[in-house]
Amino acid sequence: MNDLLAGCETAIRLILTADPEVLNITIRTLQITSSSVGISAIFAIPLGAVITFRNFYGKRLLISIIQTLYALPTVIVGLLCYMILSRSGPLGELKWLFTPYGMVFGQTILIIPIMTGLTIAALQGIDPGISDTIRSLGASHLQFLKTHLREARFAIMAAIIVGFSRAISEVGTAVMIGGNIKGHTRVLTTAISLQTSMGNFSLSLALGIILLAIALIINLFMSFLQNR
Amino acid sequence: MIEIHNITKAFDGNLVVTGVSETIQKGEIFTIIGPSGQGKTTLLRILGLLERPTSGEVLLDGISVTGLPASDPNRRRIGMVFQNPVVFKDSVFHNIAIGLRYRGLPKEEIRKKVLQKLHEIGLSGYEHRNATTLSGGEKQRVSLARVMVTGPDVLILDEPTANLDPVSTEVIEDLIRYYNRVYNTTVILSTHDMIQGQRLADRVAVMMNGRFVQSGTIFTIFTRPCSVDVAKFIGIGNIIPGTIIRNEEGLSVILTHGSLIHAIGTFPVGTKVKIAIRPEEITIHTGPDRFSSARNVIAGTIEKIMPIGIISRVSVKSGDLILSAQVTWQSVRELDLRPGDRVYLSFKVPSVHIMPDEP
Repeated sequence: MNDLLAGCETAIRLILTADPEVLNITIRTLQITSSSVGISAIFAIPLGAVITFRNFYGKRLLISIIQTLYALPTVIVGLLCYMILSRSGPLGELKWLFTPYGMVFGQTILIIPIMTGLTIAALQGIDPGISDTIRSLGASHLQFLKTHLREARFAIMAAIIVGFSRAISEVGTAVMIGGNIKGHTRVLTTAISLQTSMGNFSLSLALGIILLAIALIINLFMSFLQNR
Repeated sequence: MIEIHNITKAFDGNLVVTGVSETIQKGEIFTIIGPSGQGKTTLLRILGLLERPTSGEVLLDGISVTGLPASDPNRRRIGMVFQNPVVFKDSVFHNIAIGLRYRGLPKEEIRKKVLQKLHEIGLSGYEHRNATTLSGGEKQRVSLARVMVTGPDVLILDEPTANLDPVSTEVIEDLIRYYNRVYNTTVILSTHDMIQGQRLADRVAVMMNGRFVQSGTIFTIFTRPCSVDVAKFIGIGNIIPGTIIRNEEGLSVILTHGSLIHAIGTFPVGTKVKIAIRPEEITIHTGPDRFSSARNVIAGTIEKIMPIGIISRVSVKSGDLILSAQVTWQSVRELDLRPGDRVYLSFKVPSVHIMPDEP
């Protein structure tokens, strides 16, 4: 209980005093997570739309596989990305291992299935009458897709929120690809992990509270957009 | 003009529409009536180019539109409104403007056209409202305006008032008539409400088992149904089996359950037939009416009196023959009709319609 209270106190102090180290970690966390979410959205939303509206052999199996990948362990993604980005891996030339770029790469791989799957669910949830109306109004293929995405925008926003939450809270990929290098690849989750292993529970807790506060602010912002 | 050439549609080998052909003239209101599940919606989806027929084609002013891409200019001449009102999760303005945006019209022109349509459908001032908050009737008005703002040559409506209250139904029917008259839009409408068909249609087709079993003017369908099924669907209350026993001076005499009924007909003597008489065509008297010009007079006993709204249906038994007559409440009271009373039913020869006896 004391640790909990101390953690809350420390969190408030760190936020109020704008502790440079914490600020630095927080900004880096936001940069890496936002980049992964942005890149994932660019791939996942159109991919989800194509899978929803195209009929092809094995479509159901593909959707099942995508849904299964929601449960992909972060350490497995970390391991795979490590192998891909390591010097001898297929993308070793990029020298992204132990860099924020590598972390963005890992998180993107981690959340693309979630955002694709939730986009598919969002588009499949649209009333078939809407699709018929769009077609009967003479929409081109692109207009058909754009109108559906607009119609499912709230559910797709929810997919983005889930992707963001998954990315900001994961630690496996961040540690394995980023290496938790101070001032370079240290993010909130890896900092929490390190501080806990060093016995600094109140600081860990404080960083956890900051992490949750960020997630809350992002969620509130998305809710605000949904309600507009 | 829209020409339907031998349209057939099968789903998993089951025929839903079977060889439907029809020509609908420019500016006509053509109504497809029929019970639910007879292929009306599938046919309309084919005409609205949302479904490809298994065989056959649809021509619009001589151009085949079957299988054209959605954004083809000829494809865009056909608009469709569905049974369930459909609105996008957006403002009323956006809902009506969307088809014009697909067509790339300038913003100012879109605004002008949308505001005009809002005025026409009686929803001026609603442009900023979220369309999902509208009532069912208002949503259907928006659906109709969304199609009409694009200026289609053909408007297809699939049971557009099936889920609406009577007041909203009247508003939608008025709008359909308005758009047909003002813009000369060809209207193809399906309904299982035959009275709606009667109110709106220039011409009607009855669809049963995936085919048009009868088409023609409302008067023809309602007075000369081609079969027992059609007669039942259009609500003819008395459908009785009989046999032609005599043909004299253009009239057939039909023996039915021991009674003789005169009708206009050309079936040969001995033919087994079904005769249809509307209950509203039968007059009821408490004694023989010496002044009546009706050729058919049948005496019988009242079996039961069933009130239906402001009218009553009186069932009268004469031997094995049971006929229903429709009278007002007022008449029931004035004539003091009660079950068991002896009465006379009279109806004119043209009120009797002879149909072939189907298996």
